[in-house]
Amino acid sequence: MVERTVRIGSTHGLHARPAKLFTQAVAASGSSVTLRKAGGAFVNAASILSVIAQGIDHGDEVTIVVDGGDEHAVLDQLVELLSTDHDE
Amino acid sequence: MEIRGTGIGQGVAVGPVVRMAEALPEPVDRPSHLDPEHEAERAKASLSVVAAELANRGAKAGGAAKDVLEAQAMMAEDPSLIDEVTKHLATGKTAERAVYEAFATYRDLLAGMGGYMAERATDLDDISQRVIAHLLKLPAPGVPNPGHPFVLVARDLAPADTAMLDLGQVLGLVTVEGGPTSHTAILAREKSIVAVVGAADAASLADGDTVIVDAADDLVIASPTAEQVAEANARIAERAALEAAPVTPGALADGTAVPLLANLGSASGAAEALKLGAEGVGLFRTEFLFLDADTAPSVREQQEHYTRLLTAFAGKKVVARVLDAGADKPLSFLNSAHEENPALGLRGIRALRHSEIILREQLTALAEADAATDAELWVMAPMIATVEETRYFTALAKELGIRVAGVMVETPSAALVADRVLAACDFASIGTNDLTQYTMAADRLLGTVANLQSPWHPAVLRLIADVGAAGAELGKPVGICGEAAADPLLAVVLVGLGATSLSMSPSALADVRASLARYSPDDAKALARAALAAEGAAEAKEAAQAVATEITTARTAAS
Repeated sequence: MVERTVRIGSTHGLHARPAKLFTQAVAASGSSVTLRKAGGAFVNAASILSVIAQGIDHGDEVTIVVDGGDEHAVLDQLVELLSTDHDE
Repeated sequence: MEIRGTGIGQGVAVGPVVRMAEALPEPVDRPSHLDPEHEAERAKASLSVVAAELANRGAKAGGAAKDVLEAQAMMAEDPSLIDEVTKHLATGKTAERAVYEAFATYRDLLAGMGGYMAERATDLDDISQRVIAHLLKLPAPGVPNPGHPFVLVARDLAPADTAMLDLGQVLGLVTVEGGPTSHTAILAREKSIVAVVGAADAASLADGDTVIVDAADDLVIASPTAEQVAEANARIAERAALEAAPVTPGALADGTAVPLLANLGSASGAAEALKLGAEGVGLFRTEFLFLDADTAPSVREQQEHYTRLLTAFAGKKVVARVLDAGADKPLSFLNSAHEENPALGLRGIRALRHSEIILREQLTALAEADAATDAELWVMAPMIATVEETRYFTALAKELGIRVAGVMVETPSAALVADRVLAACDFASIGTNDLTQYTMAADRLLGTVANLQSPWHPAVLRLIADVGAAGAELGKPVGICGEAAADPLLAVVLVGLGATSLSMSPSALADVRASLARYSPDDAKALARAALAAEGAAEAKEAAQAVATEITTARTAAS
């Protein structure tokens, strides 16, 4: 199990398109992934509804935990996704 | 079978019916007679069918819609949502009810977050309805997307529905409810969609039925004969040719010019109006510059906007109406007093006179814009009721540099003393919407008295005839600016009553132009006489139509 905390890069936060891209990547990874907004509870990162319901905005800190599969590669890929600005 | 309604515009369409399914009722919360595992299979099967449908639609749509629909597809198969459904099923609920409650939980969660999230909440309602419809083996509610051109039949369309319509696929619109001022009607007029609204019997139409939507004749023909379809297609081709035909100036059959002008609410509509053949602007409404403002805009701000419009219409006539506030368009800095009857209160020229500085500034801005451009600017005052008000306005306008000053005839009093009103100004323009409201004593915004709001009523036509006669006597122009001028048959009657120019929404120009070209000045007078002699609005329209048919038939026989 590996975890890392990252700052959200998308201008409009983890809503809509960025949330879709992120949960799609989680589902495709085959790993079990959970995510938590600073101060919140962990939710299933493969659930677009759970992710957008966190109300994660640009600049918020989010912790990702990856369990199973190629943990390090999956974590790197997801961190990369979250820190990129997809709304440019 | 013929189904009657109210046609919007003059178009015709033929195509297969696709009904918009009604929203589903909330699934009843009763114990399931199946075990939870079996219900879970049903729920998951429907969720994945709906997800696949949404993803499929997304792939077809492409662009921004693709992302939205893909996200919705993911929501339909969301693992957290499925956990929630399973939780409800474990308590013995039906799949329909469990799906309903699971989506409702997330819908409420998102709605409570406000803003962008709250907008996504309605997406969840839509997905929920689709899944429940699939479970019940019912058609999915909401705007259909059959993947081929169709005639949409709906009870009525909500603004959200119309936003979802793929206008490229909609041949025509038929609504069971709704009148000429309904949202559907407004959309149809704006986008030039063939529509018949308020067609109660259209509720009996089924998916796949071929229908003819005939807006010009206010009817929908169900199960048409081959001849009727051929005739409708011929009319569609004729209208297409008409639209493609070169735009010529408005004129009667003998070449008598009847300038066709555009009603505009801001300078931004100028290009479209010119493309559709507007020979100028017959009514430039200036309210938008003032609405939503706590104070009047400066002379400079106004002048910039007027200059933009006048530049677009260089070499053409532009008739600007000074601020028409009050009644349905109140402005706090003009009149903040509460009135029992605002339509009969301090509005139009009455309010401007009360705050003369606003009128002076507007006239100054208009005169400066006129001096800086090549358009021919005419300026008129709204809600004139007396000769004295006419004199007041024209004197002030001339003092501030306006070259041509006139009045709107919207009150029966102004029409009844039109000879004296016209003697005191340069021109008149008849606002048929208000003139009808005041003549018939029927609030134009009130649906319950809609039957009295027709400009075809002989009482209204009589007043227009008086103004037309006064204009002819004094050699002064009498224009029409109001919905009446956009009705191709009524337009001919109005010319017969003495109107010298017609101003309308630019989308109506082509039909009115084609209609005028079919009649001589004597024909127009004959139509006007028949309408004036009728008992009521419907009879006047029928009488004018009968004379028109007689004239066109005789001409076809002779040629």
